[in-house]
Amino acid sequence: MAKIRNVSIVGIIILSLALTSCAKRSDSAASGEQIKVTSTNSECKLSKVEYPAGNITFSVSNEGSSVTEFYIIKEDGKTVVSEVENIGPKLSRDLIVRLNGGKFFAVCKPGMKGDGIDVPLTVTGGTSPLSAADEAALKTASENYAAFVLDESTTLVKLTKEFAATFLAGNDDLARKLYPDARMPWERIEPVAESFGDLDPRLDLREADLETGQTWTGWHRIEKDLWPPATGYTQMTSAERVAATKILVDNTEELFNRVQDLSFEPFQMANGAKELLDEVATGKVTGEEEIWSGTDLWDFQANVEGADKVFTFLESVVKNRDPKLASQLSSEFENIFTLLGKFKTSTGFTFYSELTQDQIKEFASAVNALAEPLSKLTAVVTM
Amino acid sequence: MDSISRRNLIKGIAATGALLGAGAVGGRTLLHDESPESLVPFFGKHQSGITTPHQRNLRFVSLDLSTTKKDDVVELLKRWTLLASTLTAGSVESKQASYDSPPVDTGEVLGSASSNLSITFGFGPTLFQSEDGVDRFGISGQSPKDLVQLPALPRDQIIPGASHGDLCIQVCADDPQVSFHASRNLIREAFGIADLRWAQAGFLGKFAEASHTTTPRNLLGFKDGTANPKTSVAAEMDADIWIDDPSEPQWLQGGAYLAVRKIKNIVETWDRTSLREQENIIGRTKSFGAPLSGGDEFTEIDLKMKNGKGEFVVPEKSHVRIAHPDNNAGRKMLRRGFNYDDGSDFVGRTSAGLFFMAYQKSLSKNFIPVLQSLASQDALNEYISHIGTGVFAIPSGVLSRNDFIGQQLF
Repeated sequence: MAKIRNVSIVGIIILSLALTSCAKRSDSAASGEQIKVTSTNSECKLSKVEYPAGNITFSVSNEGSSVTEFYIIKEDGKTVVSEVENIGPKLSRDLIVRLNGGKFFAVCKPGMKGDGIDVPLTVTGGTSPLSAADEAALKTASENYAAFVLDESTTLVKLTKEFAATFLAGNDDLARKLYPDARMPWERIEPVAESFGDLDPRLDLREADLETGQTWTGWHRIEKDLWPPATGYTQMTSAERVAATKILVDNTEELFNRVQDLSFEPFQMANGAKELLDEVATGKVTGEEEIWSGTDLWDFQANVEGADKVFTFLESVVKNRDPKLASQLSSEFENIFTLLGKFKTSTGFTFYSELTQDQIKEFASAVNALAEPLSKLTAVVTM
Repeated sequence: MDSISRRNLIKGIAATGALLGAGAVGGRTLLHDESPESLVPFFGKHQSGITTPHQRNLRFVSLDLSTTKKDDVVELLKRWTLLASTLTAGSVESKQASYDSPPVDTGEVLGSASSNLSITFGFGPTLFQSEDGVDRFGISGQSPKDLVQLPALPRDQIIPGASHGDLCIQVCADDPQVSFHASRNLIREAFGIADLRWAQAGFLGKFAEASHTTTPRNLLGFKDGTANPKTSVAAEMDADIWIDDPSEPQWLQGGAYLAVRKIKNIVETWDRTSLREQENIIGRTKSFGAPLSGGDEFTEIDLKMKNGKGEFVVPEKSHVRIAHPDNNAGRKMLRRGFNYDDGSDFVGRTSAGLFFMAYQKSLSKNFIPVLQSLASQDALNEYISHIGTGVFAIPSGVLSRNDFIGQQLF
C-alpha cells in the first residue's frame, strides 16, 4: 500500500507540473511529446530523437553517480534554448520546452564538467508564427520592464531626497505627508530592490525583523520618529536625523546606480510580480509593514501597480498561450484597483487603523483572488 | 484507586445495566480486543512519549501553579503520576462514591481502543523562579543550568498566551479523543493547585501502511524528521538526548530538555510558490524527501556538492543546510512535532502550521544555536512565523506507582 501511495504521489506531482506549465491551455500541451532521458556517467540516452514541432517534455533521470545537467542547444552548438540544472544522483526532473522545426542537440553533462554528451535531435515542421511573435514580445517585455525600473528608481531618488530634506529641516507635518508617497516607487520595484541583499536591510528593515546587534536604519526607523509611540520612545536628536537621512539617501542612490545596467528575463519579471502580491498578503494586509504610520494602503497600491506593470508587458504572450489566464488576470487587477479606489482620500488613502475587520478581510480576499492566477504566470512565460 | 479497562467497562454496563456495577468487573490487566502493542508502558528509567514511536495526535497543555505551597505541588505530581499510569494502561478511574457525585472519569473514551496513549511531564523555568524573580517553592537551587527562556529572535511574533508555563504535559495518542480525554482529566486533577495556561492540539497524517515506518509530512507538504536520531538505537539516544551530566541536578539525570515552538505556516503564499522554489527552500525533493544532492530520502546529504556554475546544489539558505548538524557543531535533537490547525486568523487566512517539539541533552548547545541560525538565514522564513515558544525540563521516568514524577526534586 505504501508503495502504491508513493507512486501516486509522483503521478500527482508530474501531473501538477504539467498543469502549471501549460495552465489550462488547449490540447496542444497535453498531447505534446514525452521523452525519457537517462543520464549516466558516460551516456545520454533519449527514448526518441525526432519529434514534430511544439511542446516537448523531457523527463530527465540521473542514473549516474554525480550531479547532472540537461540542455537543449541550437544547431550552432552554443546557443542554449533551455536547460535543467542540479539533478542529483537518482533524482529526476522535467524540462518542458517549445521547439520549432530544425536541428538541435540534447546534451547531458554528468558531473557538470567538460562539454557534455551530445545527442542530435530533429524537430520536424516549420516555425510557428505564434512562437516567433511570442519571442519578439518577450524581448520587448524585458526591455519595457527594464525601462520601468529605471523610471521608478529615478522618481524614488527624487522623492527620497525631498522627504529627507524636509525631515532634516524638522518640518515633521510635511514629512509625514511625503513619507508614504516617497515610498511608492520603492514598493513598485520591491523585488528588484530586494535582490540586493545588502541594500534592502539598510533601507527597508522593520523593527520586528532586527537581528541582535544589528543597527536599525532606513525608512521605518524614520517612520517611528515621525509617528512615535506614546511612551517609551526618545525622539532622534538633530545629529541622529542627519545620520539617518544620509543612510537613506546614499543607499537609494546606490540602488539607482545598480539598476542602470540590469536586464530582466521574463521568468524573473513573473516571479517578481508573484512576490509583490506575497508582500501584500503577508505585510500590508496585516498592517505589519507600516506599524507606526499606518500607511499600508499606499504600499499596497504600489505593490499591485508593480505587479500590474509586469502583467501588462507580458499580456500579449499570455493571451496567446493561455487566453483564459490573461482574462482572469485582467479582471482581478481591475477588481483590486477598484477596491483600493474606494479607500482613496484627498491626501492619499485611509490609514490601516481606520479599517474595519470586514474591510481587511475584503482586501485579503481580493489579494488571494489575484495572487492565485498570478502564481501561474511564470510557468506560462517560460515554456 | 479503582480503575477499569475501557473495554471491560462497556461490558460491565451491558452485564449489570448500571455504571456503578462496573467496578466489580474492574482490573487494569484485562484488556480485550486491544493488542498489547497499542499500550505504551508508563513506568521506566526515562519518561515515555519521547522515544515512543510518533503517535498521530497530540494535546499539549501548559499550566501555571496557583498555589504557593510546595506540599500542594508534591500532591499534584503524585495524583498525576497515578492517573497517568492508569490512563496509559488503557483504563479509567472508576470508583464512584455516590450516584449523586459527579462521575470520577469524564467518560468520553469508554469503549475506545487504548491507542498508544503516552503522557510526558515537564517543568518550566518559572517553576524554579517566577517571572518577578520569586522562588515560590524553595527549589531554585535545583534548577537545571540550561532552563532559561529562549532569546527573542528576529521575526518572532510570539503570543505570550500561547507560550511558557510552570508545568507542561505532552499527551499523545493515535485517537484525538483519547489524547483530549487524558489531558482534560489531568487538568481537572489540578484545579486549586494549577490552572491551564494554554493548550494545543496537533495531528499527523495516517499512512497507507504501518504508520510508524514512514516519515510524517508537515503542512508545507514535505517530509519532516528524516534526519532524526534513531529512537530505536539506545546508543544514539544516550549520545544526543538523555541527560547524563554531573553538573545537572540529580532529578534531571535520565531526563531531557524540551523546546517547543508554534510555527505558523503562511499557506496562502507558500501554495503559490513554484515547485522549483519550494524544493530549493527546503533542500529536499517534495515527492520522496531526497536531498537535492541526490539519492533517496535517507541518503546522506552532500552539502559540498556544486553545480556547473559553482553554486551549491543544496542551496546556501535552504532549510536543511542551515539546520544540518554539520553547520551546527554536530549537534542533534529529536524532533517530535505535530501539525496543527487553529481555523482562521483575523484576516481570514488559514491559521495552521507546525507545533514543533524537540528533545535534547542541552538547550544552549543543541537547540538555541540552530534556532538562531534558522532565524537569521533560513529561506523558509518568508513563509513561516513563530508565534509560540517554551522550554521545559523533562525529569527522568518513574519506576512504580509508589514513586512520583520529579520526586527527587522535592
